[in-house]
Amino acid sequence: MNEMNEVRKPPVATTGFIGWLRINLFFNWTNSLITLFVIYCLYQFIPWILDWTIFSADFKYNYLGEQITNQEMCSRNLDPENGGACWAVIYVRFYQFIYGFYPKVEVWRVNIAYAMLALALLPLLYAKLPYRKYFLYFTYIFPVIAYFLLNGGLGFTEVSTNKWGGLLVTLVLGCTGIALAFPIGIMLALGRRSKLPVISMMCTLFIEFIRGVPLITLLFFGMVMLPLFLPEGIDMDGLVRVLVAVTLFQSAYMAEVIRGGLQAIPPGQYEAAKSLGMSYWRMNLLIILPQAIRISIPPIVNTSIGLFKDTTLVIIVGILDLLGIGRGTLADTNWLGLSYEIYFFVSLVFFIFTFGMSRYSLYLEKKLKTGINMGAD
Amino acid sequence: MRSNLGFFSDEKFRSIFFQTLVVGLFALGLFFVISTTSYNLEKRNIATGWSFLQNPAGFDISFSPFLEFKSTDTHLKVYFVGVLNTLLVSVTGCIAATILGFILGIVRLSSNWLLSRLVYIYVEFSRNVPLLLQIILWYSILIQLPRVKQSLQVLDVFYISNRGLYSPRPIFESGFSYVLIAIVLALISSFLINRWAKKRQDETGQQFPVFSSSIGLIFIVPLILFFILGSPMSFEHPEMKGFNFKGGLVIRPEFIAMFLALSIYTAAFISEIVRAGIMSVSKGQREASAAIGLKQTWIMRLIIIPQALRVIVPPLTSQYLNLTKNSSLGIAVGYADLVHGFGGISLNQTGQAIECMAIVMATYLSISLTISFFMNIYNRSIQFKEK
Repeated sequence: MNEMNEVRKPPVATTGFIGWLRINLFFNWTNSLITLFVIYCLYQFIPWILDWTIFSADFKYNYLGEQITNQEMCSRNLDPENGGACWAVIYVRFYQFIYGFYPKVEVWRVNIAYAMLALALLPLLYAKLPYRKYFLYFTYIFPVIAYFLLNGGLGFTEVSTNKWGGLLVTLVLGCTGIALAFPIGIMLALGRRSKLPVISMMCTLFIEFIRGVPLITLLFFGMVMLPLFLPEGIDMDGLVRVLVAVTLFQSAYMAEVIRGGLQAIPPGQYEAAKSLGMSYWRMNLLIILPQAIRISIPPIVNTSIGLFKDTTLVIIVGILDLLGIGRGTLADTNWLGLSYEIYFFVSLVFFIFTFGMSRYSLYLEKKLKTGINMGAD
Repeated sequence: MRSNLGFFSDEKFRSIFFQTLVVGLFALGLFFVISTTSYNLEKRNIATGWSFLQNPAGFDISFSPFLEFKSTDTHLKVYFVGVLNTLLVSVTGCIAATILGFILGIVRLSSNWLLSRLVYIYVEFSRNVPLLLQIILWYSILIQLPRVKQSLQVLDVFYISNRGLYSPRPIFESGFSYVLIAIVLALISSFLINRWAKKRQDETGQQFPVFSSSIGLIFIVPLILFFILGSPMSFEHPEMKGFNFKGGLVIRPEFIAMFLALSIYTAAFISEIVRAGIMSVSKGQREASAAIGLKQTWIMRLIIIPQALRVIVPPLTSQYLNLTKNSSLGIAVGYADLVHGFGGISLNQTGQAIECMAIVMATYLSISLTISFFMNIYNRSIQFKEK
């Protein structure tokens, strides 16, 4: 029996690094061939892209050591053999990309608003934050503070919204759209599931109508039709009109997501709440919605990612968001022809936000799966 | 908890009361909007009614592959050209996105780590960058292609330049209709063969080579007929005349940019749907089919895909709907679709915003409803059937 207990080393071919390589990259000859082909392609592509974006690129100075102020001074325009991307355009126009045409003396207000936004999001993203309750109070009043801070009033000089632009507009549209669509979406979802036939029909019609038409038609609606619907003297700001359209759009999608959550709540929860004598609103606010929203957080984040990307559509109705500033820069003769650099930068900014959000939603999904087991009781 | 309001705590009364209240408020709001709108329209001298549809448009549309369009044509024709262009880019986009998405979804599950990582990177980049940005990016790449004079020549018959892709245009001569009839007949008969073979397999277990016989019917029979009839088709080649090509078939860069961006963007979403669908089929199914000695390709085709489709089709439908709605972004690169042609230029020329937007929205709604209707029929046909 003793020799059976002799310690044997694991076989080299199936474990460890070599084993991993064998199983995942060189399992059989077709697999090995594919691996070699992919490695060859990457070998061709990666050095070229690294060279273009980093090693041969101009960041602030060209290869002659001059500070770049227009596209003619970019290394690759001086000497096509010498030079890759010309990131100087981002460097020179960075202010516009981040703040639009916000007056320089007032820009500290935007900076404070950005910092406050991060602070307001903190308790929403991180449930275990110490003193989360007090942070949440701040989150609730943040929109009011941000409005006065960015727009003016209460002693701040007024900054008209047509001076806003770049990342500022993208974030204002995204955050306001998501924040406003959330309560409206809850009401629509409850309305659609209501037992009152008129209310349920009206909510269903609204949701299906909005989901059946493209966002761009709603933006046109906000831009050209909304002014016709309103009495004389009420002149709505362009950004507000776009916000109305974006909020309507997002609330219909939010409603469907929340309805999905509501449908997952077992009927026993409703019955138990009713048998305790709770009214419709008490039942929904205290029992049903907290559970329904909890399980629909991942899809809520996903529709929010969709909205964040869709905010770029506002450039079609003439509002300069991040992409709009990029296109505006390209139309400037000083920076003609730098489309790849500008679109690369804008994509990167969007990617950082949306990829971050999608990672967050994955993390939540994992957390919820291991959390409370719904409906078992 | 019970209030003493008497009749107000009666559920039936309350239900009627609230619904009447909502309808009343809605009617009041509607009345207010209609009255202010008609006042505003009158004050701004904007015409109402549908007669503008018969007025000449007065502008040209650069891309209209199905209908001949002149600037003297009516706004109604602008609408039809727009609908056809929207449908063209949506249908081709859906087909390309489905094919690409299925391939990528399967590759993503490949046992080759490097390949699956590569697809993962593609999916993440494509999903997380706004579609509008991708459309504009593709367009800016396409218009940086060489000018017409220096256009790239592919296979001696295709010319690629910043004005688009020029290819020979097929001209059908008399007698070609017989070939078309043969193709239609072949399609019908292969459909019937498919049904008969399925029925026979259900009853007797015998298989019939449906795929190869259908291919033979659809491709080879019409081809033989084509040569018997003496090749009743010729090609009109694009020719350089002055500064541009004359003749031939031209595919504009606006269309190519839209097509590429829409299909590449949507394919990323479809590949994730396909991956989730395949992963939803339990491992035991694969092992059981391997145990009874099925080949790898047969396992995929007979066991995995039919079960995965049940999970795949509902979200796939919403991707098709999204793609169709996203095709409205063509306005950003000047693709003359419904929104750009009719909802944009016609609206600006006539000023009749309400009528134009109502038509555009109604059209999108009916396209969406049609897609969901057919996809629901397909979905029902692949779901579990109780026998």
